[in-house]
Amino acid sequence: MTDAISSFGAVGRPVSIHTDRAAKARLKGRYRTETWFKWLGAAAVALAGLFLVLLLSTIVTQAIPALRQNYLTLPIDLSAAKVDPAKLDAANYDAIAQEALTAKFSDVTSRQDKRLLRGLISTGTGVFLRKDIAADPGMLGGTVDYAVPLDDFADLYLKGLLADVGSDEAISTSVTPSETSGDIDLTFGDDAMLTLARGHGATEGENGMLTLTSGASSLLVAFNGGMVKLTALSPGTNGTAVAKGTVIEALDSTAPAASGQAFLRVIDTPEASRKISDKMIVWLDTLKSAGLIESRFNSIFFFTGASREPELAGVWGAVVGSFLTMIVTLAIAFPIGVSAAIYLEEFAPKNRLTTIIEVNINNLAAVPSIVFGLLGLAVFLNFFGMPRSAPVVGGMVLALMTLPIIIIASRASLRAVPPSIREAALGIGASKVQTVFHHVLPLAMPGIMTGTILGMAHALGETAPLLMIGMVAFIVDIPGGFTDPATILPVQIFMWADFPEAGFQQKTSAAILILLLFLVIMNAIAVILRRRFERRW
Amino acid sequence: MKKFLLTASAAALALAASAGYAAARDQIQIVGSSTVFPFTTAVAEKLGQSGKIKTPVVESTGTGGGMKLFCQGVGENTADFTNASRAIKDSELKTCKANGVTPVEIKVGFDGIVLANSKAGTVVDLTKEQIFKALAKNVAVDGKVVPNPYKNWSDVDASLPATKIEVLGPPPTSGTRDAFVELVMDAACQEEVKAANEKGCGEIREDGAFVEAGENDNLIVQKLEANPNAFGVFGFSFLDQNADKLQGHKVDGVEPTFENIASGDYGVSRSLYVYAKKEHVGVIPGMQEFIAEYTSEAAWGPDGYLADKGLIPLPDAERATSAENAKALKGMGS
Repeated sequence: MTDAISSFGAVGRPVSIHTDRAAKARLKGRYRTETWFKWLGAAAVALAGLFLVLLLSTIVTQAIPALRQNYLTLPIDLSAAKVDPAKLDAANYDAIAQEALTAKFSDVTSRQDKRLLRGLISTGTGVFLRKDIAADPGMLGGTVDYAVPLDDFADLYLKGLLADVGSDEAISTSVTPSETSGDIDLTFGDDAMLTLARGHGATEGENGMLTLTSGASSLLVAFNGGMVKLTALSPGTNGTAVAKGTVIEALDSTAPAASGQAFLRVIDTPEASRKISDKMIVWLDTLKSAGLIESRFNSIFFFTGASREPELAGVWGAVVGSFLTMIVTLAIAFPIGVSAAIYLEEFAPKNRLTTIIEVNINNLAAVPSIVFGLLGLAVFLNFFGMPRSAPVVGGMVLALMTLPIIIIASRASLRAVPPSIREAALGIGASKVQTVFHHVLPLAMPGIMTGTILGMAHALGETAPLLMIGMVAFIVDIPGGFTDPATILPVQIFMWADFPEAGFQQKTSAAILILLLFLVIMNAIAVILRRRFERRW
Repeated sequence: MKKFLLTASAAALALAASAGYAAARDQIQIVGSSTVFPFTTAVAEKLGQSGKIKTPVVESTGTGGGMKLFCQGVGENTADFTNASRAIKDSELKTCKANGVTPVEIKVGFDGIVLANSKAGTVVDLTKEQIFKALAKNVAVDGKVVPNPYKNWSDVDASLPATKIEVLGPPPTSGTRDAFVELVMDAACQEEVKAANEKGCGEIREDGAFVEAGENDNLIVQKLEANPNAFGVFGFSFLDQNADKLQGHKVDGVEPTFENIASGDYGVSRSLYVYAKKEHVGVIPGMQEFIAEYTSEAAWGPDGYLADKGLIPLPDAERATSAENAKALKGMGS
């Protein structure tokens, strides 16, 4: 070391331990580490941000279709013959709505087709109709235009989520039908249709016969005011093509349609691979082009309880359940938590016992939440015999879970109040209790509130402890009190994610958004409280 | 602040106390299998919509957990029905009897277990023996029992594609897994494996070829979509609802379709049950209405709404006897 201090550099200046070559290298190394660390830190933040954006954008894009629902307006016959005003409950409202729908398609006659057609409107139609008539008996006595929600598959199709449907393209040749309904033969002016069918998965048979099975794309030809689905094609004479087809909508006449007068629609998704048949697609398109289908804000989703039908499922039951549970949690955890914190911080003697209590409170905060559920099952349900699936029990279990969080946060903010406040209060003759409740607690309150809200937000997102006490359940009725069976938002999300119907996927994302919204609001309140009321010394 | 604290704690105590004396229950409580859950909930909702009774509360606790709750005893704090994806075990029936519970068995339909992959993958025709060889923990090679050596499907049988064996399936806690083991693994078990270890047939390999994908079948569906080489094992209703993305594979030459499962031709299917508590009939309102709704043709018939949800109906004759027994409340072992 001394050598380095007394030695001289190349330019003749004295070099010290801080300026010799090794030191310069060390300095450079330190700067390099710092730059590295900064870059790594920035990269970590960027990565986290990227994932957050990815997560949120996936949820939002998935949730958007759930915010709207398609409705079909039908002329519903509510004359006295159908609905007896004296006996509203006796009428079959589902049948009335279905009749109105089948009346729109007079050429649908077979039992199976009628069943398909009825499947277009939601199975909850009758319930809505009954409720609306009970609320407004003025609807009775004649025919009213009434909007009924569409079934989930019809709704998803109209939102473009169920099948890829190409736009109508004009056929550049003539088309001649043999009949106007039933299974018919079609003659095309050229054989372009054969190439097209091959390109869409038709099965090649003998003599150039092409069969379009349910595993191939659907080819629909619209002309003469009707619609024909092609089932098989074969080359005809003189370069023509002959097709067999099933009429979905009756044609006006057997007159040949000139070139450009017929239109071809291709549904790329094979019929076997989708939950909606060609017929249903054609009917829906007809209704849509007649202007009878309307996309509305999905009030069902926001204001009804759970359901097994995606189009009827709503979050309101879960929102109310969450709210009731949170009230119980707050009413129990806040007073007990704050009292415990005040006692431990201001009154309790510092001895071995209080140290043990303190350590255990910290340990409790780290206990997995499912353990609290087991405790709830053993104590509240089995020992006290409280009802299953009730918000009061759920609230108590979650209160046990949040208690340690509230106690720790409260103690920290009580400790942050400077001793001078206490000394001044005691100095002018205030008792210990007066000191704490008049001076220390009000100053600590913003911090306590923040801790409480964060603890509540934590509790709001829990499902595991509620599994044990029966709150993970299918509950349709909206809970009206603390002992009614109820479920909560995260549980609702969990259950919807598990249902096989495709319509629930959007609902799941939309419910996640609502839960996130709640959490953001709660955290925002915590931030505002801290900003507005916090005092610094 | 002091006042607020006092009132709040008083309110909390009052709340806790009042919950102790809840009013008599007027709502049916149902627990049990997650496989039957989608069907029972549909029935519960229909019944609630009719306005006759309050909509029953249906919990998904798994078959075993449901039986435990159901057989706990008689009274307001116990469940009225339990769903089961297998018949009640003798030991469970014994517990039920000991606690004064008489279960009424209602067989409600079938569920097929399918082996499926993404539409982008290849279609294969498997036999139960091939599935056993691909998935068992220990297999017999040249008469000796060794840990499963097969890496590719083509190692199992030359006719199968040369892709890696990768099967996503339910964990051991699931009823679907139990049924899969019973119907495929046990049925096609090799003699040598059985001789070496009585329970060896049901053991599924743990070297990564079989991935336990959790109870959520939707998750398996999504993973299959992402990986065309992987196969999945799950209930038929998920194949039915995701027919645009997935394809089912033939097992022993039979395709997993609605008709084949209903007729019993498809070998990997099981019966689903609902058990009613006889003692609660007349005590909890709506018990009989619920049984009547479940066993009505509009619900469990071939054209009923449960068939739309993916339940495979019983044959006509069996449906009739099952409905009759249920309505007559024919208790088990009485």
